[in-house]
Amino acid sequence: MDLIISLAVQGVQVVLVLTLAPLLLGFTRKVKARLLLRQGPPLLQPYRDLLRLIRKEVVLADNASWLFRTGPYMVFSATWVAAALVPTFATGLYFSWTADLIAITALVGSARFFLALLGMDVGTSFGGIGSSREMMFASLAEPAMIMIAFSVALVVGSTQLSAIAQFMLASGSLRVSLGLALAALVIVALAENARIPVDNPATHLELTMVHEAMVLEYSGRHLAVLELAAALKLLLYISLIGCIFVPWGLAQPGDDLVAYAVGLSTYLGKLAAGGFLLVFIETSIAKMRVFRVPDFLGIALMLGLLATLLRFVSRSF
Amino acid sequence: MVLTIALLSIGVLLSLAVLAVGQRFRAAGTVIYMACLAVNLVLLVAAGVHLISRSNPLTMRLPIGLPWIGANFRIDALAAFFLVLASLGSAAASLFALGYGRHDAAPGRVLPFYPAFLAGMSLVVMADDAFTFLLSWEFMSLASWALVMAHHHEAENRRAGYIYILMAGFGTMALLLGFGLLAGPSGNYLFTDIARSEQPQWLHSLVFILFLFGAGSKAGLVPLHVWLPLAHPAAPSHVSALMSGVMTKVAVYAFVRIVFDLMHSPAWWWSLVLLALGSVTVVLGVLSAILQRDLKCLLAYSTIENIGVVFLGLGLALAFKASDMAAASALAFSAALLHAFNHSLFKSLLFFGAGAVFTATGERNIERLGGLIHAMPQTAFLFLGGCLAISALPPLNGFVSEWLVFQAVLTSPDLPQWSLKLSIPAVGAVLALGAALAAACFVRAFSVVFLGRSRSDAVKHARETDNWSRTAMGVLLMLCLLAGLVPGPLIDAIAPVVEQLVGRSMPIQSGNAWLSIVPVAESRSSYNGLLVFVFVLASTLFAIEIIHRFASRALRRGPAWDCGFPDANPVTQYSADSFAQPIRRVFGVAVFAAREHVDMPAPGDGRPARLTVSLRDHVWDWLYAPINLAVQLAAERLNHLQFLTIRKYLSLVFIALVIVLLVISIWT
Repeated sequence: MDLIISLAVQGVQVVLVLTLAPLLLGFTRKVKARLLLRQGPPLLQPYRDLLRLIRKEVVLADNASWLFRTGPYMVFSATWVAAALVPTFATGLYFSWTADLIAITALVGSARFFLALLGMDVGTSFGGIGSSREMMFASLAEPAMIMIAFSVALVVGSTQLSAIAQFMLASGSLRVSLGLALAALVIVALAENARIPVDNPATHLELTMVHEAMVLEYSGRHLAVLELAAALKLLLYISLIGCIFVPWGLAQPGDDLVAYAVGLSTYLGKLAAGGFLLVFIETSIAKMRVFRVPDFLGIALMLGLLATLLRFVSRSF
Repeated sequence: MVLTIALLSIGVLLSLAVLAVGQRFRAAGTVIYMACLAVNLVLLVAAGVHLISRSNPLTMRLPIGLPWIGANFRIDALAAFFLVLASLGSAAASLFALGYGRHDAAPGRVLPFYPAFLAGMSLVVMADDAFTFLLSWEFMSLASWALVMAHHHEAENRRAGYIYILMAGFGTMALLLGFGLLAGPSGNYLFTDIARSEQPQWLHSLVFILFLFGAGSKAGLVPLHVWLPLAHPAAPSHVSALMSGVMTKVAVYAFVRIVFDLMHSPAWWWSLVLLALGSVTVVLGVLSAILQRDLKCLLAYSTIENIGVVFLGLGLALAFKASDMAAASALAFSAALLHAFNHSLFKSLLFFGAGAVFTATGERNIERLGGLIHAMPQTAFLFLGGCLAISALPPLNGFVSEWLVFQAVLTSPDLPQWSLKLSIPAVGAVLALGAALAAACFVRAFSVVFLGRSRSDAVKHARETDNWSRTAMGVLLMLCLLAGLVPGPLIDAIAPVVEQLVGRSMPIQSGNAWLSIVPVAESRSSYNGLLVFVFVLASTLFAIEIIHRFASRALRRGPAWDCGFPDANPVTQYSADSFAQPIRRVFGVAVFAAREHVDMPAPGDGRPARLTVSLRDHVWDWLYAPINLAVQLAAERLNHLQFLTIRKYLSLVFIALVIVLLVISIWT
């Protein structure tokens, strides 16, 4: 019976991240529009977009290869698995020990690897520019993410996200190293999700675009899958920040239904707050030139390194 | 038994080498490679059984070599592990060569040296005294040198061979001096005697430095790596795979044997040296790889990066061992060994892929390739697998060893030395940077070679490679996948090695639930490649099922969109250089002093605009160029001695004699 329940909770999490991801995207778009004094699309618009896309015919470039057609599914499934492994409303789920924070980072890296390949497949200059810039950003964002994982792991003594969340709940206190790690994680999240100031999710024809350039040749169901993967990635990073730095409300293993309901509603609140803050950052700063981005990500890397170094120097930071 | 089989196999390989000399009939290649494959499979099984059954060390003494020592051989856990690695790599290379070797223009220059090279590598691993070791080592070096010179008509191959033989000679000299110091005046050349003898710490430190030079130059540790990116690509592809995948690991073996096995009490600062050199190796290796246009050069530089990762793991293990933290040391050491093993798998696979591309197109310059995924879909798939593995992406094997190194880094705040404490976080950052840049490097390599549109006519007539080559690559990819999904048994298999060298092994993994790996404790960290793979597979199938059930199946082919301005000329697509440009701009200025020079003609001028990029190799400029200059100056000065009169020679002899006699009289 316990097994069935824990498998069911795990299943709920898997489905939850998938269903909430477009909603989060719709929410950020709505809030952004309101902050700019526009009406904005309805909350459910991303779902409608996805439905419309999968009903449309696919237009493939003449020389698109088999990788071009299978790649989107690889991007999607790697991102989905990574997002489902981050604790959202409860810790200690049945499969939570499958991958730790480092492995989740690497899984996101797998998705990016395929996405960058897809950008190069048709052999257009737009796809190439997106892929090469994405890999350049990643070459700084990924080490920064690993350093964040190190600093948190050295505070907690574990790289498992469930263990991290439980530790933060039980004995979380203000620490310099965690503060630095949070700042670094916010920068990494902005860069990884192609948000302002690194990239602009709302443009198409601009020479600084990265993510949209890689998926430029896509249409129909393939595009839908890639868009959903992008939404999942946004959800993943907000869940990650929530689970490490604001773990309150997370249900523990063995809790009753009420705790799970509380966990679920606080999770929705966290997503909303995270989405709002993201949009707030986006609307209050301007986009950077592309070769300023390495400096920006370098700050994240240095913050992460500093946080780790502090933990090596003394246990009290 | 196992040792006898191993020595017999080596005997067979050596006789094959002799038989192959001067053979001109067409099937000679097939016979030789088939025999090498069979012998190495036997060796693989024998060594594998010895390793897994945790048998006691076997020794044997043959009455050849120096009369008062003989030739001593031993198979213990460490030797068995590296024998498995070497024979697996050799078997795969022989299988690949069954197909690839047919395209060789001059097989007579490869066939005799190939079995000799295989025999040399196995002999090094089994040698149990300094004399046999050095002899086998030099044999291995010379055989591989001959293979590098197989295509000596090209000037750059001759240069590669020249630099290689210089560096190999230098390395062997360092090893010779090291063994001389270890053996001491009494001449204890047996490894068991060396391990038993008590010697002062400063002497061991000196030996450590010498072995770092000797083994490091063969492994490709920066700054001793200069020969590697020249020599490895110059050889035929199956030999390149062996040199990169296996011979560098034999060098790692030599280092481990001396520093971990024969010298018991390491000083902690040795690890600092290893960590510093390893970090530089990782960064310089991967950044150089990103900038290469030659596919095999790119792979050779990536070997340097991976050797850096292995040496970082060894450095961590040494640091823990010096501070008596056996559990952490076992973790770091297992990670290093596992990475060496994994690297031998995927680097061989990638070199085979490069060989297949070269056979199909005759091109190694990736700027002239492109779109090969259409002509060679299966090779593309296999090469892609290798790229994923080497970029440390889950669920393949490269990630597992990389993850274990990260876990070892996380256990290091307990180290007592402050200099280590302050440098290990930077080591972690370097490792992560290396992994991320490797991903960029292999996205570039795969997409420029296989994706996009073809950039030259060479690609238009490309055909899928032969069955033997594809089988060899397929086997290696399966092993990469297997080692990534269930690394537990692999970690258990190397446990005796780890126990032999650091006194303790990682916890036994095979009992863990769902075959996950737990390096320290479950509350601390765990990773399950199998479940990750199953989840990814299941969600992929789920997505495909949903899409196929509910989505429109309509599909239309048309010209590329490219924002409405597609250009039919393939030159307009992103090239390898343009892909690397952002990374060159971010890292290249500091590391390679990269400069871009734009020559823009004035309006009305018909000249084409030109962009020139200049890169400088600091290691060459600051280390090798001065040495080169000093040697040349000395040679020029000494050259005068060649043209003296007989009277001057006689007076020189007289003066020398007087000096020698004076020194001897003062000495006594």
